[in-house]
Amino acid sequence: MTETAVDEALPSAAGAEPHAHGAPSHETSTGISNEKLAMWVFLGSDCLLFGGLISTYLLLRHRSTSGPGPEDVFDIPFTSVSSFVLLMSSLTMALAVGAIHRGDVRRCRTWLVTTAMLGGVFIAGQVYEFTSFVKEGLGYTTNIFGSAFFTLTGFHGVHVSVGIIFLMSLFVMSLRGKITQESAETVEIFGLYWHFVDIVWILIFTVVYLIP
Amino acid sequence: MTATDVEPTEPGETMPASHVEAHGHQHPSDRQYAVVAIILAVITAAEVGTYFMDDPSTALLAGMLFPMMIAKFVIVCGWFMHLRYDNPIFRRVFVFGLLLAVVVYVVGMMTAFEFWSAVYPG
Repeated sequence: MTETAVDEALPSAAGAEPHAHGAPSHETSTGISNEKLAMWVFLGSDCLLFGGLISTYLLLRHRSTSGPGPEDVFDIPFTSVSSFVLLMSSLTMALAVGAIHRGDVRRCRTWLVTTAMLGGVFIAGQVYEFTSFVKEGLGYTTNIFGSAFFTLTGFHGVHVSVGIIFLMSLFVMSLRGKITQESAETVEIFGLYWHFVDIVWILIFTVVYLIP
Repeated sequence: MTATDVEPTEPGETMPASHVEAHGHQHPSDRQYAVVAIILAVITAAEVGTYFMDDPSTALLAGMLFPMMIAKFVIVCGWFMHLRYDNPIFRRVFVFGLLLAVVVYVVGMMTAFEFWSAVYPG
């Protein structure tokens, strides 16, 4: 089916223009992409998950009666570099989405790998940070601050790790010719996930690390 | 020049006309993405700069850091996640989840603080 034919087949659902961004590559009852809507619903629900973890941390971080506290273990300059790396991975992800929308698969592939590498650097930094905390005497069960901190940042780290796996999957798919300009929405939807992981870290970096 | 006048292939230029027709708007160019990233980096540097201030109060830090955090959040959502020009349904779905989380957990935290201050006065 040609692009024009698809556009003609799209219904004019209320609130959804047939040519609006998010228009699906196939017919849907709403006129917008089901996959993209599903990702946004998932991200909206993930706000509740991270909201719960962040508020739990805020409630518990100064309630420890023993062991190191935040001011004893945090290395702000190091974490700042990690934060900057993750922020720049959002740029490379956006460039990957832009490239695939232009039909430049090779450049998209390059940016996907770059994003995965930056994500890997962030995770390596988190592993180093966790290791140094444990060496300084702060384990997962040392005190209530440690439990809340490791749970929050660990969940975020898992999200980044899952994102890296997705990125490498997209890379392999592009090598097999399964990522083209027509399937650009696949890269765009994954990009939404990656940017969400970045904005969650924007919150964590400020609330957990910078505000005492 | 309208959005549909060009058929570029190079990064930094605008989207092909066929793409614009399909999506009803222009994606930001690579150059625009880079400018957005520079703005984000500058805000992050300003955030980190507060760490080197001499003994600031928590209220002062929060007053400086929260606006910068919100600015970064909005910029990433608007530009990188395309919420500025995407279908409004996506924005509504995400904002609903976000506001629900904020309301639920602010109320939850207030309740917990109230309970603890009653149980452990002082």
